[in-house]
Amino acid sequence: MSAALTTPLHAWHAAAGARMTEFGGWDMPLQYAAGPLEEHRRVRGSCGLFDISHMGRVRLQGRDATDFLQEIQSSDARRVPVHGAQYGLLCAPSGGILDDLFLYRLPDRWLLVVNASNRARDLDWMRSRIRGRDVVLEDVSAQSGMAALQGPASAAVLARASGMEKASLPYHTIHDLPVAGIPAHVIVGGYTGEPGFEILLPAGRLEEAWERILAAGEAVGILPCGLSARDTLRAEACLPLYGHEIDERTDPFSAGLGFAVAMDKPSFIGRESLERILRSAGSLGPGPDIEGGVQPRTPRRLAAFRMADPGVPRQGYAIRDGDREIGRVTTGLFSPSTEGYGGMGYVEPASAPAGSRIEVVIRDARKEARVVRRPLFRSPHLSR
Amino acid sequence: MGYLIDEKARYTKTHEWVRLEGGEATVGISDYAQHGLSDVVFVELPAAGSALRKAKAFATVESVKAAEEVFSPITGTVTVVNAELSKSPELLNKAPFGAGWMLRAKPADAAELESLMDAKAYAAYLESL
Repeated sequence: MSAALTTPLHAWHAAAGARMTEFGGWDMPLQYAAGPLEEHRRVRGSCGLFDISHMGRVRLQGRDATDFLQEIQSSDARRVPVHGAQYGLLCAPSGGILDDLFLYRLPDRWLLVVNASNRARDLDWMRSRIRGRDVVLEDVSAQSGMAALQGPASAAVLARASGMEKASLPYHTIHDLPVAGIPAHVIVGGYTGEPGFEILLPAGRLEEAWERILAAGEAVGILPCGLSARDTLRAEACLPLYGHEIDERTDPFSAGLGFAVAMDKPSFIGRESLERILRSAGSLGPGPDIEGGVQPRTPRRLAAFRMADPGVPRQGYAIRDGDREIGRVTTGLFSPSTEGYGGMGYVEPASAPAGSRIEVVIRDARKEARVVRRPLFRSPHLSR
Repeated sequence: MGYLIDEKARYTKTHEWVRLEGGEATVGISDYAQHGLSDVVFVELPAAGSALRKAKAFATVESVKAAEEVFSPITGTVTVVNAELSKSPELLNKAPFGAGWMLRAKPADAAELESLMDAKAYAAYLESL
């Protein structure tokens, strides 16, 4: 295995006694001394700070930048105002999801944030589609760092760390705002289902800002948090994770991500296949290859479920309806905020409505579960 | 790293412990084991009356990230399991030698415990890891 990449906070994590893990090619903190359950609860109740420098950051400039975005990803980039943000998908011609990403519009450029594990592939794929247009793509991941401050106390902590009034900035926006006196881009949003911020900083000053934020949050019990808590938080909020809910064999509609697909755009990569999937109410997915490699195939839908019988579902476990296997678990967890077991998985459409009884096979035993409306947990601190 | 060790218990190389009290054996996992697991969120135990076979898996402990099997330090018959663990699996983290015990069993042969590490040998074993 090649050596894992490290973030500008790597030495800080080691000194803090973090338990590390390889994720998407990076050596990342899985948890700190408090443990993943406490870290999770702290984010729901107060706030936590995550190193998310592993996320891929791509700068996009040039006269044709917006046209380019219209072609290579699924959402309508023209609807994003300056300082706005939008969720989108990179789809293959088959309609399968190559990655999910966030687009941030700055006055003179775009910033794209992609998954760590897909960064190299996304960049190659995007570059191959520039085709003589006035577009400059630059991977700025190494020169910058990124931290996520998440939880209901985030705004007060950020204000204290920055010596400013508590600002109420709209959700899904990006701002040029110094943090602890350090030039930064502050994104309002996150991946935990709580209010919060994602903060982009110069790589060389990330640690300084990190420590200032932790100091500013001491009074409210801020904790540094690892990927383990990040995963249970996003799973409770039913936010998809690449490699679990979405991948190249999954189409956006089956994944419940139709909102991120602007079918009224005249053309974008994957549009024709997605049109066909919509018309046939089918899905992408495993099955016999059709000429050209394109669906429709047995339809399936992403559903959230709670276990009626206790047990921890895990990715890949079979979901059954009586004697028939009707799907597979994509994410399973003990949900600290609801004190129960649950998860997400793909099921046949007949079993997708809330209230449907399903069974999850855990170590050869069938455990009863019930499909519920997404998300598994809705934060009282988020009005939207 | 300092891990708690119960002086009265005997230990396996897979970090289970067994303590003999009045002819009955109490079984659990060590402080080292719970630390390695991280936060425990589910414990699957056998029913009372089940047979235990030395070095065979008898329970599954699920942490936030993974499911791990627990191997029996002895051969015997389960007399009672710790029902508290179904409501409060975190007891395994908080008190691995106390409230986090997993089950009690009647050993088939109490002499079998002699083949396990005592507290001193287990401490040396942890040092060697």
